[in-house]
Amino acid sequence: MSKKITIEPVTRVEGHGKVTIQLDDKGQVSDSRLHIVEFRGFERFIQGRPFWEAPVLVQRLCGICPVSHHLAAAKALDVIVGAGTGEGLTAVGDKMRRLMHYGQFFQSHVLHFFHLSSPDFLFGFDGDPLTRNIIGVIQENRDLAVQGVMMRKYGQEVIKHTAGKKIHGTGAIPGGINKNLSLAERDELLNGEAPLNADQMVEWSLGALDFFKAYHKANVRSIDGFANFPSNYLSLVRKDGALDIYHGVLRAVDAEGQRILNDVDYQDYDQYIEEEVRNWSYMKFPYLKALGKEKGWYRVGPLARLNVCDFIPTPLAQKELEEFRAYTHGKPNGMTLHYHWARLIEVLHAAEMIRELLNDPDLQNEDLVTKGKKLLKGVGVIEAPRGTLFHHYEINDNDQITLANLIVSTTNNNQPMNTAVNLTAKSFMNGRPEITEGMMNAVEVAIRAYDPCLSCATHALGQMPLELTLLNSKNEIIDQKIK
Amino acid sequence: MSETIEFKIDGRKIVAEEGKTIVEAAKINGVYIPTLCNFEGAKPKGCCRMCTIKVNNRFMTACTIPGAAGMEVESNSEELNDIRKGIVELLFVTGNHFCPSCEKSGNCELQALAYRYQMMVPRFPYVFPQKGIDASSPKIIKDQNRCILCQRCMKTIKDEKGRNYFAYQNRGSKLAVVLDEKMGKEMSDELAALAMENCPVGSIIYKENGFKKPIGKRKYDKRPIGNEIEA
Repeated sequence: MSKKITIEPVTRVEGHGKVTIQLDDKGQVSDSRLHIVEFRGFERFIQGRPFWEAPVLVQRLCGICPVSHHLAAAKALDVIVGAGTGEGLTAVGDKMRRLMHYGQFFQSHVLHFFHLSSPDFLFGFDGDPLTRNIIGVIQENRDLAVQGVMMRKYGQEVIKHTAGKKIHGTGAIPGGINKNLSLAERDELLNGEAPLNADQMVEWSLGALDFFKAYHKANVRSIDGFANFPSNYLSLVRKDGALDIYHGVLRAVDAEGQRILNDVDYQDYDQYIEEEVRNWSYMKFPYLKALGKEKGWYRVGPLARLNVCDFIPTPLAQKELEEFRAYTHGKPNGMTLHYHWARLIEVLHAAEMIRELLNDPDLQNEDLVTKGKKLLKGVGVIEAPRGTLFHHYEINDNDQITLANLIVSTTNNNQPMNTAVNLTAKSFMNGRPEITEGMMNAVEVAIRAYDPCLSCATHALGQMPLELTLLNSKNEIIDQKIK
Repeated sequence: MSETIEFKIDGRKIVAEEGKTIVEAAKINGVYIPTLCNFEGAKPKGCCRMCTIKVNNRFMTACTIPGAAGMEVESNSEELNDIRKGIVELLFVTGNHFCPSCEKSGNCELQALAYRYQMMVPRFPYVFPQKGIDASSPKIIKDQNRCILCQRCMKTIKDEKGRNYFAYQNRGSKLAVVLDEKMGKEMSDELAALAMENCPVGSIIYKENGFKKPIGKRKYDKRPIGNEIEA
């Protein structure tokens, strides 16, 4: 008899989702899907509001990476107020926003690795769920847990000093920013009492990378073979090809590293990217128009960024990138669990960038805002921690928003996450008569590697426990496990 | 020259010129009585009832009643503070006040009073009324979702001939303060900024403002409303 297994909700991810695994009469996996079951509707209820509310209102999509939404919206509105795209801002406007974003990147990546994913590495995929969590990490490896907490705190302090508060600030406004960085704030972040200073963050970032690399070395087969599949990759890059998470042009490469989207202006994103709606998920499926729905899907996020960029413009992270690239002989890396490796290289890059920016006297300039001739449409794209984030707004002559379209990072990774779940389910389920704890968690590990933010993706409220349901071929529930 | 009189608020001696309202006299003497519709320089009307006090066991509005010699005023009592809190709650539930995305947040008197009276969840059900916004003026946005009908804009925003930019429209539950369409199109930047400043909530938004004041430098970021008066 065929069965359907449901994992709902998926745990240790941001937001609420469920997984269903369909088994055929022989107990083989015939299909599996990641369903996103939240719905919010931000794009609709922002219509009619004055456009300058967008960066403050839309960031409420998320409590983890609100800064990315805040900045993507502000970038779109820069275009609307005539401040241009990226290059039009004053030095202090551009650099304060970058500092805010690197702080956000740092804290979000750290949260994901230390709080959400490190339990899998410390205790194994089939470890006891009672200890396979952040409390278990504290008991098993106190130093690692403390570092995670303090690194996240540091990133949040950077956000507070640039955006006004740690969550949901107001720092970025159309055409610039509303504050610069005072010398006292700079000194606190740069040379604050240990461990909360820039040098310590760089050092701990290197330590986190060493932790992952040591784990990888000891578990090469299980890491490299886990949900390893070829795909396209998309991200922003700086015009010279450098990794740039704040501003640049859109580039995509295929599984062989060939360019399939060649450094195009993101103002025209809708010429290159389209979204497909499927009736079993609130999350859409974006794809590159030129390649079509079947072949045009792509991955975003840390792995994609390191596959797409030419180099990283900070020395320590560049050295790590060279090692990362050498591992796959310069070809794009398709190994799902290498997202963690790429993410930690980005943590190091963010720490280096924060240190570099804090030493820049432009942050104390007073010319905060630029304005020019008003336009009725603007697109802002940014590399959020989880991947490329698109904000598109259109306004009327009375300054009211008439259209908002958001393609959130996690949405871009929808098809890749489904593919990863499918591969993992087939590898862990086939031929086994029962649902094991290890299998349940392996499916979550596959999803977790992408660090999905399901609340953002459907623009939602909810909790995140895990439910697994077994259904027969008539879709009748015959078994259910909730943890 | 007017005579000086003495009276008491919550047992505390108040010395003021004869003719000063209880709110004004209290302020001079370092006693805060909360207000919303009252605005310095404009004729008081007592329509919001935030300044409700008790004199001789009768409820009165402190912004309209002049202090009198020997008067015993009750203001900071559990009963009166609960009434004030209830008024704030009513204003919240009968409008659409979403502080997280309102640019008046931190400078908003209604929000500040909600903090002062520790409003958590209103005791009344939310009405969620369908209200629109008028963005047709090139200078300001009049957001009816946030209007508390205090009349401060009606009383203080006038042109050089003394004509009002704002006026009442409709009656009863449909009562609204609206901006004159023609005058709104010719409004100066200075007057638009003043209209936003004088509005106690985020119902009048000057279009060129847009979150320019950072968190930490807003009116009520450092100290609660009334603290500037209280000795």
